Amino acid sequence: MTVTPFSDSAEATSVHSDGVPMQIEQLFRDYPIDSAFDEMRTATGGIRPHYQALLETLAGLPPEELLRRKQSADLAFLTQGITFTVYGRDEGTERIFPYDLLPRLISAPEWDRIERGLTQRITALNAFLRDVYGDAKILKDKVVPRSIVYSCKHYRRQMCGLQVPRNVYIAVVGSDLLRLNTGEYVVLEDNLRVPSGVSYMLTNRRVMKRTFPQLFQSYGVRPIEHYPQMLLNTLRSLAPEGRPEPNIVLLTPGVFNSAYFEHTYLARQMGIDLVEGRDLVTHDNVVYMRTTDGLKRVDVIYRRVDDDFSDPLIFRGDSTLGCAGLFNAYRAGNVTVTNAFGTGLADDKAMYAYVPRIIKYYLDEDPILNNVETYLLTEDKERRHVLANLDKLVVKAVGESGGYGMLIGPHSTAKQREEFASAIKANPRNYIAQPTLDFSRAPCLFGDHLEPRHVDLRPYILFGDKVNIVPGGLTRVAMEKGSLVVNSSQGGGSKDTWVLE
Amino acid sequence: MLSRVADSLYWMSRYLERAENTVRQLDVTMSLLLDPGETSPEIRWQRLAKSLGMTEDIGWAGDPDALARRLVFDPNLSVSVTTCVNAARENARQVREEISTEQWQRLNRLYHQMHSPHALAQFRSNMNDYLASIVDGVHLFKGVSDSTMIHGEGWQFIRLARHLERAFATATLLEVYQESLLNLQDREHSGYQYLELVGLLRSCTSFEAYCQVYTADLTPDRILEFLLLNRDFPHALRYSIDSIRQSLESIQNNGGRRPPDELNSVVGRLQSMLRYTTITEVLEGNPGAFLHSIREQCKQIHDLSYRYYVQYSIQSALAV
Repeated sequence: MTVTPFSDSAEATSVHSDGVPMQIEQLFRDYPIDSAFDEMRTATGGIRPHYQALLETLAGLPPEELLRRKQSADLAFLTQGITFTVYGRDEGTERIFPYDLLPRLISAPEWDRIERGLTQRITALNAFLRDVYGDAKILKDKVVPRSIVYSCKHYRRQMCGLQVPRNVYIAVVGSDLLRLNTGEYVVLEDNLRVPSGVSYMLTNRRVMKRTFPQLFQSYGVRPIEHYPQMLLNTLRSLAPEGRPEPNIVLLTPGVFNSAYFEHTYLARQMGIDLVEGRDLVTHDNVVYMRTTDGLKRVDVIYRRVDDDFSDPLIFRGDSTLGCAGLFNAYRAGNVTVTNAFGTGLADDKAMYAYVPRIIKYYLDEDPILNNVETYLLTEDKERRHVLANLDKLVVKAVGESGGYGMLIGPHSTAKQREEFASAIKANPRNYIAQPTLDFSRAPCLFGDHLEPRHVDLRPYILFGDKVNIVPGGLTRVAMEKGSLVVNSSQGGGSKDTWVLE
Repeated sequence: MLSRVADSLYWMSRYLERAENTVRQLDVTMSLLLDPGETSPEIRWQRLAKSLGMTEDIGWAGDPDALARRLVFDPNLSVSVTTCVNAARENARQVREEISTEQWQRLNRLYHQMHSPHALAQFRSNMNDYLASIVDGVHLFKGVSDSTMIHGEGWQFIRLARHLERAFATATLLEVYQESLLNLQDREHSGYQYLELVGLLRSCTSFEAYCQVYTADLTPDRILEFLLLNRDFPHALRYSIDSIRQSLESIQNNGGRRPPDELNSVVGRLQSMLRYTTITEVLEGNPGAFLHSIREQCKQIHDLSYRYYVQYSIQSALAV
């Protein structure tokens, strides 16, 4: 089964030769416009200039041709084995990641702002981690309360006073952005532990390039394909001193992890070994992997295993996913582990509320990308307000991710609200609340017409010698009509993201 | 290459070879049962169980079809086709980034074929076709392995495993059958006995190959000579041992450690024995003991290569 790319001529000529082209009214027959920002259409129903060419291409294609391209793209995903694992089922646990055929477009000025904003934010967050695990000046100056740091379940006291290579704590980051109805991009959360999804970004692009080759070319899209190489260079730049040819590996929890496909994909793309904890041993604070050629020293570990499971001697003693002695080897400076341990402190959802102050404190700048308004439930006044307005707000557990442990007020039942209310009263530190956001929607293809769906954007940021962001990222789509949840574990899909020159 | 990866590739390959062996021997036994012959069905079944190396004791209950079904579908039997295919796929799943997409798809298809809701009905309606389709699946897998994978260290572990499993299975088969085979030596054999001999050859897919070398004149000593000492036939023991030797050398040239002298000498000794011994010498000595010692040496090759490439102690590795 091979998938042949569409020739450019097919794209040009099929308009008139093969069936009847669709009309724009036809495409928009089920496309309501309301208060939410629409990526393609203005409030009055006009088309934003950078989407004009995409719409014209679609309108010029007969429905059969669109269907053919969709099927061909499906097949490409299937044969490439682009899947994720669904928990809790014995057989058929691998699914194709749902995707939408239409790209999300981002203009150059928009992207410029995002790039500057994220660079600023990540630089500040890294400085914050260095400070908290070092001199803790920000705590002494009472910009961030001690209680919130020490009560964070991702705070790792073992990291205190430890020198990390090049002072880089967060080498691989994925931050989630939303776009408000004003058109402004805001940061919803930062993922500073083990962000995933970058393999979908890369494979989406590969499939899109052969689905709409001419359109892609005419748009002048900035490339992202060099991400694996950039990641490899980032990892290499963090190698311990005196290891000019470092042995770099990717540490995976194993075949049962939901992101296992991504781990194998990245390891293959970078040409490095994919190791599990049981492949590693430590001796005299040096990490080795067991090979058929004997033990081979490991210099850099790109870690896709959570802190808790990384080293049974230091963290959870019942974990077999990590490697005993890893942390001591790391502390001794004989191996670089990235991201560093304890970085979850800075992406804690309660800490999030302090990020603007953190940026101001370390960089003396105003945030380029704003936060979403956030209520800290440890503050009496804010908690009272939240409890009185649970039906309008979104409540999130601070330590959770992937869309788990969340209450979406307007879509909740009275019983759910009651449960959350008592949980909040019992442990206010464990929750935050935010307004229910009417974030932006982008057109998605459903058969022969378009419908708007809510989207977010997760750009991937690399931090080695300097901050590097590949243009675009993963646009996640809430595939259900009206849904606000974009997480892949909760039925979300994705689309390719084109940043224009 | 990571030891764990070598381990998974090795067992993936061994289990598939074992599945094929079970299918072939079962197929031959079932077709021999159709003829009355001199051997009782019970003895045939016991021989089959023994030559498959079955550890579980499932006695003859007079219903060959039921036993055949268990040998194919029973996940609790160590040598059943299902057990082997499941284990092969599980090993492949652990190293998906190391094998080609084609390999994975073939193996997956074979697995789903075994687990399809229609599998049992297909087996009942035509057992021969069903068994043939499994062998096809295994052959397809081996074909794409050879044509889509880099013939580097990983592939050599696959090849090593295939030939070790095959050598072990052939030696076991011959050890179980040699006594009754050699008893035929002096007698003019009947049509039934002819069928027995064909069955033995077919168990190793070697009937046609044998005929090309010796014509259809089947004699026990020639059969033994062919299956033991032929240089060019892939199911002959000598061929397998030669391949094992080559694979170990290639593993060493492709990044693995140099095999220790102990391993080299076990393989070298076995290889020389099969190369320079004549069938007359084997028959004049004790053929049963001869075959048994081949099995033991195969086990030793497995143990040593495992101890050296996969399960070595950290202390020994640090001392180097």
